[in-house]
Amino acid sequence: MSGLRTLLYKEVLRFWKVSFQTVAAPVLTALLYLLIFAHVLESRVEINGLKYTAFLIPGLVMMSVLQNAFANSSSSLIQAKVTGSIVFVLLPPISYGEFFLAYVGAAMLRGMMVGLGVLAATAWFASLQFVAPLWILVFAMIGGGIMGALGMVAGIWAEKFDQLAAFQNFLIMPLTMLSGVFYSIHSLPVFWQQVSHLNPVFYMIDGFRYGFFGVSDVSPTVSLTVSFMSFLFVGMATLVLLRKGYKLRY
Amino acid sequence: MGVAVSIQDVVKTFGRLRALDGVALQIEEGEFFGLLGPNGAGKTTLISCLAGLVRPDSGRLSVMGFDVQSAYRDARRQLGVVPQELVFDPFFTVRETLRIQSGYFGVRKNDDWIDEILDNLDLTSKAETNMRRLSGGMKRRVLVAQALVHKPPVIVLDEPTAGVDVALRQGLWQFIQRLNKEGHTVILTTHYLEEAEALCGRIAMLKQGVVVALDTMRNLLGRFSGHTLSVRVAPVDALPLAFRQRAARDGDFWHLHLTGYDEVEPLLAAIRVAGCSLQEMRLTEADLEDVFIDVMQGRESATSSKEGR
Repeated sequence: MSGLRTLLYKEVLRFWKVSFQTVAAPVLTALLYLLIFAHVLESRVEINGLKYTAFLIPGLVMMSVLQNAFANSSSSLIQAKVTGSIVFVLLPPISYGEFFLAYVGAAMLRGMMVGLGVLAATAWFASLQFVAPLWILVFAMIGGGIMGALGMVAGIWAEKFDQLAAFQNFLIMPLTMLSGVFYSIHSLPVFWQQVSHLNPVFYMIDGFRYGFFGVSDVSPTVSLTVSFMSFLFVGMATLVLLRKGYKLRY
Repeated sequence: MGVAVSIQDVVKTFGRLRALDGVALQIEEGEFFGLLGPNGAGKTTLISCLAGLVRPDSGRLSVMGFDVQSAYRDARRQLGVVPQELVFDPFFTVRETLRIQSGYFGVRKNDDWIDEILDNLDLTSKAETNMRRLSGGMKRRVLVAQALVHKPPVIVLDEPTAGVDVALRQGLWQFIQRLNKEGHTVILTTHYLEEAEALCGRIAMLKQGVVVALDTMRNLLGRFSGHTLSVRVAPVDALPLAFRQRAARDGDFWHLHLTGYDEVEPLLAAIRVAGCSLQEMRLTEADLEDVFIDVMQGRESATSSKEGR
């Protein structure tokens, strides 16, 4: 177990040493989103009986959790691969399961830290409720886990930084931005509502928001099921790649 | 003494390139073993197979009796590898790097041994320095230190002295020789043949993925080039024909290849009988470079009779 513990510690230390960039910067970005959108829309939009700012904050928190969990595992792996320092974790007696747990664990932790930071920075702008805190925690953890694992897939697959950036810009960004962070999907035309239902991130955001206000676009149980199945799917895919040593052991 | 490393019929292809073409070797515990060959011969691929970084197409490898695939955890605990590339993790200091590496191998509270390694590699003053701020030679030392944190019984050094200054080279070899004397098996690849000659007890030479020579250093040096007798005589014309036919002329000097010392006396006698006087004479021993060139040019097969000992 010590190999797992050390690898987790190393992954956490890695982002913590540059926390200004890995934690503080995304908090500031989320705060800017809030200031701009709330300024424009606060007096005009009300969703599910909620003021726009109150509606927006949980979405921003969860989006930050997801994006930063992805960024952590993917950037750590691609950096280690490009610089060659990946060899330091491939030579020791660490199993692929431990590898998975350490990288996903660190990604979840960074996601949670950024999420907490965003919450702390934005909670002043609206009166938030915490109707079902356990749901909040569960969705944050599953969401961080999914994105941490997806980040591993991207980091393992990519051979260059621009390939990783493509993965991030053309897959992760649209999935998270078009998931109902900034709007309720009920405000969309029917066709786009149906498209949104195919986006697993929508369920993570919706379920997470349910934990705050007790209202959601779909039932939180459905959201939890979809999120959990997504985690199983991405997690298994990651484990298969690791087991095969895909692009890690030749 | 048991077997430290066993390599059986290992084949590895990358696309159409056959990087390892049926390599078989056994390295005994406590050996200082040299793995030589030109660039692209397959040395690093072989080491990578041993370390689990590369998976062979066929064949088996084990370290201290542990199969590198089926018992990979135990196998990797027995092995410390100094990689050829100068790699480092820019986030950490030297001490953090070594503590983390210890933890990967399940070794906790390792500071006493870490301090000893740092001292032996002359890194103590850099312990708290970030890896990014170290010079190339210093980074190389840290790579060596990282390979040793878990006191592996088998140490593999893949060209550890490339780009390293003389002082460090000597310090490094003293330390590695000490570890070898204490029972650690050492496997070395290097392009510095004089280094291999001074350190290694046994040598394997690889060429295009095949072991083309495998023997003790003494046998290799003895069997290949033997000695060269170089003489300058006067008058040159009087040199006996038997001598001329076997020798190569280089200016005033005649060089003659000997298979043993017992040839020296009769040759000198023949020169004297022919009425020549000896102006100058040198007897030079073959070095590993001669052997290496000989083997790589494929003049002779050099695998010892006890192949794969």
